Amino acid sequence: MSVLAIVSIKNGMPTKGGLEAASYAASHAEAQGISAIALVAGDINGDGGLGATGVSHVLQFSEAITDSSQWAKLAAAAAQEHSAIAIVASHDHFGRAIAPRVAVRLQAGLVAGVTELPTHGSVRKNVFSGKAMADVSVSTAVSVYTVTPNAFGIKNDSNEAEVQAFASEIGTARESVTGFDTASADGQVPLPEAELVVSAGRGLKGPENWGIVEDLAKALGATTACSRPVSDIGWRPHHEHVGQTGITIRPNLYVAAGISGAIQHLAGVNQSKTIVVINTDPEAPFFKAADYGIVGDAFEVLPKLTAAAKELMG
Amino acid sequence: MKILVCISQAPDTTSRIAFTDGDKAFDASGVQYIVNPYDEWYALVRAIELKEKHGGSVTTLTVGEAVCDPIIRKALAIGADDAIRINVEPTDPMQVAQLIANEAQGQSYDLILCGKETIDHNGSVVPAMIAEMMDLPFVALATTLEIDDGLAKLTRESAGGEENVEVSLPLVASAAKGMAEQRIPNMRGIMSARSKPLNVVEASSETSTDVDKFTLPPEKGACKMIDADRPEELIRLLREEAKAI
Ligand SMILES: Cc1cc2nc3c(=O)[nH]c(=O)nc-3n(C[C@H](O)[C@H](O)[C@H](O)COP(=O)(O)OP(=O)(O)OC[C@H]3O[C@@H](n4cnc5c(N)ncnc54)[C@H](O)[C@@H]3O)c2cc1C
Ligand SMILES: Nc1ncnc2c1ncn2[C@@H]1O[C@H](COP(=O)(O)O)[C@@H](O)[C@H]1O
Repeated sequence: MSVLAIVSIKNGMPTKGGLEAASYAASHAEAQGISAIALVAGDINGDGGLGATGVSHVLQFSEAITDSSQWAKLAAAAAQEHSAIAIVASHDHFGRAIAPRVAVRLQAGLVAGVTELPTHGSVRKNVFSGKAMADVSVSTAVSVYTVTPNAFGIKNDSNEAEVQAFASEIGTARESVTGFDTASADGQVPLPEAELVVSAGRGLKGPENWGIVEDLAKALGATTACSRPVSDIGWRPHHEHVGQTGITIRPNLYVAAGISGAIQHLAGVNQSKTIVVINTDPEAPFFKAADYGIVGDAFEVLPKLTAAAKELMG
Repeated sequence: MKILVCISQAPDTTSRIAFTDGDKAFDASGVQYIVNPYDEWYALVRAIELKEKHGGSVTTLTVGEAVCDPIIRKALAIGADDAIRINVEPTDPMQVAQLIANEAQGQSYDLILCGKETIDHNGSVVPAMIAEMMDLPFVALATTLEIDDGLAKLTRESAGGEENVEVSLPLVASAAKGMAEQRIPNMRGIMSARSKPLNVVEASSETSTDVDKFTLPPEKGACKMIDADRPEELIRLLREEAKAI
């Protein structure tokens, strides 16, 4: 018996979500007294750091796969061959495309977006866009889990995993990837993975004023985000839009300047570990959801924060 | 083009979230329901745009009980041609996907469009399950979708960026922000929605997961206010107290 993590690879290394899935699989396996294995497709540098997350083996399929149906066939075959009692993937674009297909193939119950390890046959996930949690139990013998980004840490032991070739019949690809654009500007961590986020809203008055937001983000090593109206009117790119209808994030730090804190905005950010709000209006609803607040003008406060951050971060 | 759009109902985003039945069930009393925003703003509107461009029909499909009828009428008012409601209370993604796949099988839809996720269950899993059950290709979290001579061209979220993908029809896709702009139904749409067909189908289903218990998150402690003239104090607290930087 085993727990199987399915891991996506980029430039020879697992993605952050992949390392989180492997760490989750390893912890879950350890609690059951069984071993964890990871499945990858395509070239990987050594064990890609997967051994450090606690998996004992890395199963490597020889070619990279982008087609979700092929991936699911591969993962289901690996799960069956290694008698997996659970299959774990990241709850990002990768896991969302593949894990449900694996669940169907294995007739396994799936819990999406888990935030903790299963206990007593039940596992916790967020529901109602972070406004509540649900403990969900699976009634099938095999379970599939997708792990919420930034909810479960990455384990880092000194172990090395053994890489083994794994082959299976995966059928033909029906989707072809014809191009790739990097969405985020100059080396920023992609928003769904970012641990530090600096975000701004309509209070910034116009796109020409975003320099002070970017400066603070740069000083902290953070990724930039924005409220919906700001991306709707084209001040900022769509992929920066967080909230109910945009991206949901869960960083360690979320700094919001000139954002009122409408409930639909909060739905995308209220799981951040620490929230800082900067707003001229002391009655702005966002302060109720914040850990730290500054009542003040973003145009004055942000440059001062940048200076202080630069000093501290060296 | 024959397009199926899967739409579900969700509590209005401003609803109070509370639970009953020993915290096993959502307390729907006083809750206003809306079309799940991803299904309405992105999937449904894009489907209607594609129909306007290429001809064909847009059918909506909802798994849910009669309480869903108002949101289905709204989808018809926005521009869907007809609607199907499978009269089963949705509780589990595998159950919902199986009911949808059974209904769609053999109906020769060219495109099955879903939302990226429901804002109550936050699963983001039903669309891929439908694809697997019907043995169709699937593109997750698509931000653009064009149809060109039987070929679907999409952009989807990917690690650190966006990928362009091409897939031949039929296919299943889930729609994320960018795919379309919200449409407000006009008076004519609202009037005509009343007479458009809404077919109710009975079905039975099985589930593979159960919610044991809902919990509300712990209350946030009070917000610590920092003087606007001493921002360095905030930076210090973020490092020493919150350990966030
Ligand atoms: C179904 C639905 C879904 C939605 N989804 C989303 C979503 O995903 N994400 C989202 O963000 N919104 C969403 N919205 C919109 C949301 O309701 C709000 O309208 C939006 O979040 C407001 O954006 P804002 O805070 O930038 O702007 P405003 O509400 O205009 O707030 C601007 C704030 O800036 C402050 N301010 C002004 N000047 C300054 C200054 N110089 N310094 C500091 N502060 C200043 C003001 O006091 C105010 O609080 C959705 C709405 C609906 C109905
Ligand atoms: N009860 C339902 N009826 C119809 N479509 C649904 C239902 N539940 C989910 N869907 C579709 O599947 C998508 C993803 O849902 P979920 O996996 O629950 O997050 C939604 O955006 C809808 O398009």
